[in-house]
Amino acid sequence: MIRSYYEATARERIDAILDARSFRELMPPTERVVSPHLQALSLPVAFDDGVVVGRGAIEGREVLIAAQEGGFMGGAVGEVHGAKIVGVLQRAIREHLPVVLLVESGGVRLQEANAGLIAVSEVMRAILAARSAGVPVVAAIGGQYGCFGGMGIAVSCSNAIVMSEEGRLGLSGPEVIETAHGVEEFDSHDRALVWRTVGGKHRYLLGDCMTIVDDEMVEFRGALAASIEAAGPLTLETVEAEHAKLSRRLERFGDATDGEDVWRALGWADPAVVPLADTDVFLTQARLLRAA
Amino acid sequence: MEHLHYRFTGGRKTRAAESRIVGVVASGNLEVLIEPAPLQGACTVDIDTAANGFGAVWEAVVADFFSRHPLADVRISINDNGATPAIVALRLDQAVEELAAAVPPEPRA
Repeated sequence: MIRSYYEATARERIDAILDARSFRELMPPTERVVSPHLQALSLPVAFDDGVVVGRGAIEGREVLIAAQEGGFMGGAVGEVHGAKIVGVLQRAIREHLPVVLLVESGGVRLQEANAGLIAVSEVMRAILAARSAGVPVVAAIGGQYGCFGGMGIAVSCSNAIVMSEEGRLGLSGPEVIETAHGVEEFDSHDRALVWRTVGGKHRYLLGDCMTIVDDEMVEFRGALAASIEAAGPLTLETVEAEHAKLSRRLERFGDATDGEDVWRALGWADPAVVPLADTDVFLTQARLLRAA
Repeated sequence: MEHLHYRFTGGRKTRAAESRIVGVVASGNLEVLIEPAPLQGACTVDIDTAANGFGAVWEAVVADFFSRHPLADVRISINDNGATPAIVALRLDQAVEELAAAVPPEPRA
């Protein structure tokens, strides 16, 4: 069994995260519900349209799950792909089951234009609808394609995000920023800069993810189960608290031009050690600074 | 895109009752969906490939596969994004291996 979350496919992740042999796929590949848009453009399709959905159990607790396959078009969300995730979330509301999203996506599948944009917005609406119905929605980010664009917004609507250091979370991806604003603004080939800006450790320090874990399936599994347990309700108060937190962040770090500036402002004496620290060492120190 | 269809006869029936899918439609890769199907003893292979004009190579790879794994009443469907013949052969072998290992899920509690 593959141990690295980063290296695994969507199906391998589902097998490793869920209890053994508990997974039942919904809309499996044998149904061949493929993207009509890609077919019209004479592009290769996938029998699951790049997302595996179904039900299973995690540490004995029944859940619904969706796992995006980054290898197929960078996990981009097309009409069918998005509808499958929405379907899982709507079923979760009906059956009152928690939802686990194993996210890996560059965002909207641009080949599907407006249909893809609508699909991503429907995913966001479905996540919020699930949460407001008291259904926990938790997400994991740790694949090689990261989580960007509309899916970056969508997961930020969830109860909790579990990331590995290798994971990346953002709105515009590094290449997009470089293309739109120039290499002086952001050099997408500078990997250290990319991780200082959108990587797991930075996201944890800013409070964008609930925890960070080593790149091990068993770590993701444990953290996802814990975040389902910890999930609280979505109320006006929680939304207002989130907004207040974001305002404070802007006040505190608005002038920072690099992740290191933020870490220094947080009180990290030598921010250069942050990217090098092992996860447990990092978390021990980071918990203190994040709480302060 | 090009669609290719092959049909082989004279294979042995599989005991597997479930389908399996292996591989991902990533660049230079492919997915293989393998399903038991009532095909009057035939094994069919349907390929949708992004690389046009390689029918002769596909035919050689698929015929070689059938000589190694003569299956009956099995439908194989492939979405290809420019995989090389060696990758295709390995994925087909993997699909057969997983089909043979296919264990039905435990009954729901």
